[in-house]
Amino acid sequence: MTDSALLPFIDDTNRPFWQGCQEGILRMQQCPTTSRLIFPPRPVNPWSPRDKAIWTEVSGRGTIWSVIEPHPPLILNFTKLAPYNAIVVTLEEDPSIRLIGNLVPAAGAQINEIAYEDIVIGTPVQAIFESINDEITLPRWVVVRQ
Amino acid sequence: MIKDKTAIVGIGQTAFGKKLPESELELACTAVMNALDDAGIDRAEVDGLASYTQEAHSEVELARNLGLGDISWFSQVGYGGGAGPGVIGNLAMAVATGQCRVGVAWRSRKRASGAVRRPWSKTGSSAQEDIATNYTRPFGVIRPVDEIALLASRYMHEYGATRDHLANVALAQRKYANNNPDAQMVNKTMTREDYMTSRWISKPLCLFDNCLETDGALATVIVSADRARDCKQTPVFIHAWAQGFHAQHQTMQNFFCDDPLHGPSWVAARQLYRQSDIQAQDIDVAQIYDAFTPLIPLSLEGYGFCDRGEGAAYTENGNLEIGGALPVNTSGGGLSEAYVHGFNLITEGVKQMRGTAHNQVSDAATCLVTAGEGVPTGALILRR
Repeated sequence: MTDSALLPFIDDTNRPFWQGCQEGILRMQQCPTTSRLIFPPRPVNPWSPRDKAIWTEVSGRGTIWSVIEPHPPLILNFTKLAPYNAIVVTLEEDPSIRLIGNLVPAAGAQINEIAYEDIVIGTPVQAIFESINDEITLPRWVVVRQ
Repeated sequence: MIKDKTAIVGIGQTAFGKKLPESELELACTAVMNALDDAGIDRAEVDGLASYTQEAHSEVELARNLGLGDISWFSQVGYGGGAGPGVIGNLAMAVATGQCRVGVAWRSRKRASGAVRRPWSKTGSSAQEDIATNYTRPFGVIRPVDEIALLASRYMHEYGATRDHLANVALAQRKYANNNPDAQMVNKTMTREDYMTSRWISKPLCLFDNCLETDGALATVIVSADRARDCKQTPVFIHAWAQGFHAQHQTMQNFFCDDPLHGPSWVAARQLYRQSDIQAQDIDVAQIYDAFTPLIPLSLEGYGFCDRGEGAAYTENGNLEIGGALPVNTSGGGLSEAYVHGFNLITEGVKQMRGTAHNQVSDAATCLVTAGEGVPTGALILRR
């Protein structure tokens, strides 16, 4: 459902994040000195540059911070899926950590199944994971049922 | 301090349009020659060259084609629409410190022609453009408009801004363009209904929230204040300039920081006003980088024309139009005159200070020119 052309490039720095997605776990870099989370992954720890970042598991719970609905002109499969939703999620452990993703009704659903008008900023969400191919699994987001 | 030590004494431009026959290099050379003629300075005197890293042709090619002499200073500034005032400001520093005596800055683009006109339409792996795009493009956040729409959507939610506010920006600038014979949109009027019924590009942003696609080039000539007084045109002094980006800033994907709605403009503004006798309340007219309409309210806040969250309301009551509190983008700007990475905002600032703009703000003596919010940015204060 996503063209391989637009998939992430996995390297030594970010591999634990994408491997975590394959295992169904949202994993982030963390500063061992200050405990602050780091995202997106990077080779040097900005909160204490001489101390190598460690990897830690996070809850995968967050809150919708923003939402859009892209329309054409787009590229590749996104043209066929349009209009679809894209959201920004702030992470429960640290609201300054934000992930871009898509809201879906359930695992395996398309990113165009929930309409922009039905997505409310501030709604609690939970990460789920969708396998794209042998190497790549992408996080998606579902609304947390209260 | 750089204050008033240099001046813009020449401006030049080509036609703006779609599918212009000339190459980017030919357009650049035409704009530079026009700027030198405007200044009354021979091209043999040029010894400094400033441009954007995204310029398709190097200083060397420009100099070889124009038959320039020895060049003693050259530099480029990055980040596309974040560059313009930084290009001018770096050149002004070089002139003020004697690294060169006659400096030329330019920008040439053929965005409305050619095979690779949209950088975002490349289809390699997501990290090909920037590491952070690994975490945006796989989810369909592909184009600059998607990235700005995510900021705009949050801004509207947080502060009660509406599409009517964004329409205020688009309509004010279209009105300016309708009175500017150089503007691509000179003959295309726009009503609020036109805006409201235009197609979505990235909801909540519609077609008219987006800048134009333009072929064209512009250039300026900068000399010392002493030399400027002997030039053909009324000198326009570079009173202050600054660049800036904030901690943990990420170009365009500016979500990975503490406060994405408090962007690079705030950093540039702080440095700008620190070295300026002219403060926000003293600015007569502003040229604010406008690749997308939401950048106007965000920048109005960043540069201190109103408090945080009040930028949308500031667009009400014709405030951005002639006679309003702060006429903004008086040529039509990137939305309605031409989109040349903001260089036409610089030349429009010069025209306003000379008193020769098509939409002249009467007695305007001070002008703010900004680069883009959401990217490493810069700003200038020009004065008569």
